[in-house]
Amino acid sequence: MYFIPCAKPGTSFPLRTGHTCEVRFMHREFLMGNEAIALGAIAAGIDLIAGYPGTPSTEVLETVASHNPGDIHVEWSINEKAGMEVAAGAAYCGARAMVTMKQVGLNVAADPLMSLEYVGVEGALVIMVADDPGPISSQTEQDTRTFGMFSKVPVFDPSSVEEAYAMIQEAFAFSHRYHTPVFFRATTRIDHGYQSIDIKDTAEYTPHAKASWQRDPARWVIFPRLSVKNHALIEKRNRDLTEVFSSYPRNAIVPSAGDENCRRGIASHGMNYQYVLDNLSSADDVRLLKVTTPFPFPEELGLQFLKGLDEVLCVEELDPVIERALISLCGKYHLPVRIRGKMTDDIASSGENTPASVGAAIDRFLGRTPNAEAAEAAAPLPALPVRPPVLCAGCPHRASFYAVKEAMKGRKSIFCGDIGCYTLANAMPLDMCDTCLCMGAGITIAQGVGHTDPDTKCFGFVGDSTFFASGITGTINAYYNQADMTLVVLDNATTAMTGHQPHPGTGRTMMGQIVDKVSIENILRGIGLTTVETADPLDHAASVETVRRVAEEPGVKAIIFRSPCVTLTRPKGCSHVKAEQCTGCQRCIRELGCPALILREGKAFIDASQCTGCTLCEQICPVNAIEGGDHNA
Amino acid sequence: MPKNIILCGVGGQGTILASKLIAAAAMAKDIKIQSAETIGMAQRGGSVFSHLRMGSGPHAPLIGRGKADLIIGFEPAETVRQLPFLKPDGAVVVSSRPVMPVSALIGDTGYPLEEILDYLRHHVQHLTMVDAEQAASDLGSAKVLNVVLLGAAARSGELGLGVDDLRQAVHQKMPEKVHALNDRALNYTSR
Repeated sequence: MYFIPCAKPGTSFPLRTGHTCEVRFMHREFLMGNEAIALGAIAAGIDLIAGYPGTPSTEVLETVASHNPGDIHVEWSINEKAGMEVAAGAAYCGARAMVTMKQVGLNVAADPLMSLEYVGVEGALVIMVADDPGPISSQTEQDTRTFGMFSKVPVFDPSSVEEAYAMIQEAFAFSHRYHTPVFFRATTRIDHGYQSIDIKDTAEYTPHAKASWQRDPARWVIFPRLSVKNHALIEKRNRDLTEVFSSYPRNAIVPSAGDENCRRGIASHGMNYQYVLDNLSSADDVRLLKVTTPFPFPEELGLQFLKGLDEVLCVEELDPVIERALISLCGKYHLPVRIRGKMTDDIASSGENTPASVGAAIDRFLGRTPNAEAAEAAAPLPALPVRPPVLCAGCPHRASFYAVKEAMKGRKSIFCGDIGCYTLANAMPLDMCDTCLCMGAGITIAQGVGHTDPDTKCFGFVGDSTFFASGITGTINAYYNQADMTLVVLDNATTAMTGHQPHPGTGRTMMGQIVDKVSIENILRGIGLTTVETADPLDHAASVETVRRVAEEPGVKAIIFRSPCVTLTRPKGCSHVKAEQCTGCQRCIRELGCPALILREGKAFIDASQCTGCTLCEQICPVNAIEGGDHNA
Repeated sequence: MPKNIILCGVGGQGTILASKLIAAAAMAKDIKIQSAETIGMAQRGGSVFSHLRMGSGPHAPLIGRGKADLIIGFEPAETVRQLPFLKPDGAVVVSSRPVMPVSALIGDTGYPLEEILDYLRHHVQHLTMVDAEQAASDLGSAKVLNVVLLGAAARSGELGLGVDDLRQAVHQKMPEKVHALNDRALNYTSR
């Protein structure tokens, strides 16, 4: 390291060797992958970021907001489609824009995306999508790399937090240079992994691009004639990119020690590449291929990797993208290489890979003896309790579902659920979620059931954020098409599941503004609903009465259960059980499934560290043995 | 020397804060560190874990089976769930107080506490069991269990960090008014 006293960070000067010396004042931080992606985007001169919360993508936008010097527009859009279009508008003007979402959110944004690739951008547009192998907190195990192929959009796929920080900056430069949106996709273990990495100081950031709207209808208005012309250009560009990406330094071949005689290779990507490295020693005679741009696939590099090999193991999560690309190369160039992976059952076709599962696959592939330590450690464990996630103690959703359950006891009913914390109502003992498909689907599935089975009372449950994201169109559909259903909006004044993001009903934006709240009641009345009742779910008797009355009305009617999320408001109240009065009937425990209610010496007992004093258990105790709570405390 | 550490427990118990404190202590000593956390739905009272890897050897943040030097368990059943990751002569620091899952309370599944504690006693060579309720009443707070466990972890010799390193991290990351309480929590298991 040399000290150059007069050098300014962010500048560069030529050296006599012909190289360029860049002046950097990096510093080290322990960052979550999503934080690294956000700081990388800021360093790349991002002008606008939009998105919709979804695990494991959420922290990217939040980090840009918390580090916003003030000249970046940051917004939680009402859904991914809106976010994609807002970001596209900025990129049309020449700005550097980013939109963030989880993998299923990309389905919502697919409509603008598919056309946007034909139109292109003037500035840069990076579509950051978080994939979720496992899935750990998602409905599907879809692979954004495959979506890249389908939409013809180039894909960047980092293999570590450190690489994600550098690669997001390269993705912006690439998008800007080729005037195309690009995918930057990472998986949970990158998004939510932490690493101590070197990051740039403010002075080293790329300055904002000059951006302004330039009118050009021939470019920005998509018509069939434009589509067919641009389609040809896109196909040619993507063919060219197979070569460009072959020399992209983050795609790499790692030769084995005696590589000229090497007969086996392992191709991998993302965090799986690190699992491969952790499972190899210098004694293993194997050539490696790391793929960070799965689409367009770096063909030249792939050919160089396959040269002289007999067999290749593709270690991938989600779809067999690299595996298919290598098989296609073998076919195209008549190469006698056996490609193994998901399609040969050498790697599991679903679920998340682990260091152990990758190690076992490599053992089989290389004919190594599995290590004895791991086998010994797998001694049988005692039967362990299952511990699925549950609604928090004091959660108002529990009270809302319990009120509907009580009100409809004995009636043939369907309770269509949706995406959010309240999906957890499907667990025993509440057992109040009969269907769950995707954002907003509860409202519309209830309509289809009602049109088919008129004897069933149909309920569609939706959270406040989900209502804004995708519940409004479904409600209009119900009203217009003469459905008979009860819409139940669970309004806890936040987007709870993903960590309390603001939405149009909260009156706060990610720019720190206090704005007019969008009223759910006004929307529903504006559509035409005449029965729109608001109830406090923690008043159990009144809530049950409201549900009974409203559900009997014909047509589309709505109940808004309004009570704030307890993890946001942290109520100070606490109930306790009068042990001498408790008969040990366990009604509170068996009906509510509240984690603060436990059984101690045959009687109900309240864990003071969890109880919020919501009083729901007090209200249903048949002998009034619980007291002391105050749900307004 | 690289160290592989697992923290585990139930969502809401403070495992993430504890892993951040270890990371801060390692960063202060210029030790390379990476970790993987459970974030999302499981945080609502589900099983959670953090994997931490210190030193420059490891590539991935996740630890392989039989490779962890130390498990810091906030809950006994969750600790047993992670035991397949412990190396044969690894250390375990565990709170002996169970957190009953709702499924056990409503009778869907059982919680064999004694069997679980016995399993830990018989299968772990270097075991430190902490009585969380006793610690809470001695310290006058139930909120510093994570720091009590960290102190015990440093004393196990498998954390790769000393109690002083952790104390500095606590002072750096937490507000001043809780420093004295946390100092007592760090020293709790030295008595």
